[in-house]
Amino acid sequence: MKKTATYHIAVGASTENLAKVRDFISEHAVSEGFPSGKVADLCLAVDEAYTNIIKHAYNNDSSKVVEIDLEFDDKQICVCLTDQGESFSVDSVEKPNIEHQVKKKKRGGMGVYLIHKLMDDVNYKTRGRENEIRLYKNRE
Amino acid sequence: MKNFRIEHRTSDGLDVLDLHGELDAHTASHLEESLKTLINSKKPYIIVNCGKLDYIASAGLGVFMAYIEDVREIGGDIKLTNMNDKVYNVFDLLGFPTLYDILEDERDAVKKFASQS
Repeated sequence: MKKTATYHIAVGASTENLAKVRDFISEHAVSEGFPSGKVADLCLAVDEAYTNIIKHAYNNDSSKVVEIDLEFDDKQICVCLTDQGESFSVDSVEKPNIEHQVKKKKRGGMGVYLIHKLMDDVNYKTRGRENEIRLYKNRE
Repeated sequence: MKNFRIEHRTSDGLDVLDLHGELDAHTASHLEESLKTLINSKKPYIIVNCGKLDYIASAGLGVFMAYIEDVREIGGDIKLTNMNDKVYNVFDLLGFPTLYDILEDERDAVKKFASQS
């Protein structure tokens, strides 16, 4: 994709930083002309991906860092989140059975489904010790 | 938790939690504590007014999933009201409207509790 603008932030792997991450995404997506509905989808998808990294890749170790890169071109935005923690497999992107989970008083498993539902494309990659998730949202 | 707070009040003998701000994996524990306190005090008729809730992530929905059965087991319910479209959309994507009472206005929840008692 031909880049027109890129932005970067490195944040400690703590849920304390969730609002900061959402603000970072929102600020740049709005200034790049994304409509508010798409900005909301992006913020939620990135929130869910970042939360999964904190919990599953870094096991809540806030000394670890997550790199977040934004790339805009004339067709789309790509948000790339990179960590150096445990790679975790995405077992299923199926809609979770909420009724079943409620009966069992279980929660979780909703983030991955939401990410795939809200984004136009999602890619995962592991290179050596580095894990990467790329979230794509089209302008149109 | 500067971006999230809960106010607790009573209305027509029901407990109302007013949520303000952004509910995510960081702030969800705050909601969890409020619900646990009500359940432990045997106050199972709960209205969660989302009129001032600007944002919800799945961790927030997870709290409602974890406690709804406890509340229903003691004869009560959690009814959610006054959601903006953005917040409702997240509940809707996951199919919550068939399992939870999500109502337009707090007064509708009061009426529904009255009709169910």
